[in-house]
Amino acid sequence: MRGRPQTIPHAEDSASVFAALGDETRLRLVSRLCDRGPLSITNLATGSSITRQAITKHLRVLAAAGLVQNARHGRESVWRLNRQRLAEAQHHLDLISKQWDDALVRLQKFVEK
Amino acid sequence: MSSDRIEKQILLHAPLDRVWRALSDSTEFGTWFGMKFNGPFAPGAIMRGIIVPTTVDAEVAKSQKPYEGIPFDITIDRMEPERLFSYRWHPGAIDPNVDYSVEPTTLVVFTLAKVPEGVMLTITESGFDQIPLARRSQALKQNEQGWSGVSKLISGYLAPSHAR
Repeated sequence: MRGRPQTIPHAEDSASVFAALGDETRLRLVSRLCDRGPLSITNLATGSSITRQAITKHLRVLAAAGLVQNARHGRESVWRLNRQRLAEAQHHLDLISKQWDDALVRLQKFVEK
Repeated sequence: MSSDRIEKQILLHAPLDRVWRALSDSTEFGTWFGMKFNGPFAPGAIMRGIIVPTTVDAEVAKSQKPYEGIPFDITIDRMEPERLFSYRWHPGAIDPNVDYSVEPTTLVVFTLAKVPEGVMLTITESGFDQIPLARRSQALKQNEQGWSGVSKLISGYLAPSHAR
């Protein structure tokens, strides 16, 4: 743990989320889904230089990390964000920072007593 | 906060030599952090430590209890008396089934500065973009929105009014 036991339950889980987000194109896709809600691949590709095939590939990576999921709307497949997974990833980042805050408070107590 | 490092600062109302001892003495460090080491810290030393609940904070001790006895390694980097103490470790490496020794480490640096009220302690942990936990960091750095933008966007998305 190297001093951060609280991260344990989701450590590996969150790593896959961060890895999935560790790509500019995928991050943009996530941003877009954040801003505009569920979108079709056609909509996601609009105004982008990336092909629909490439977008599909990136969406699959995000889906494997549990960040997005798709549903059929008539003839089209619509992609939406999984809020829960994003919240977990955010939570994980906040934890690392908070664990240092806690450790420093303990140090403070220790040296000021 | 940069995407590749965590930086914290705290004012300690204690003499410089007291703070230095709390950091550089492996027994003292272990007391507030919640670890027990197999010997004294020395530059370049590879230390074997085990998790031992801290005696400084009962609540934290309780959260550390389930991990009591888990071993881990840290490598001491630099020790400049009353000025700087640094080491490398594997952040979040608590799964006994994973061999973390092959993974890159992060660098933790404690910097001490004497101020009228005591000691201004700065701690940085860097190197997250090398490890799976924060592999996304590099991309975030390149992204014009930066991590703070993404955070805002995510929290906005998570706000109840946005719930779908």
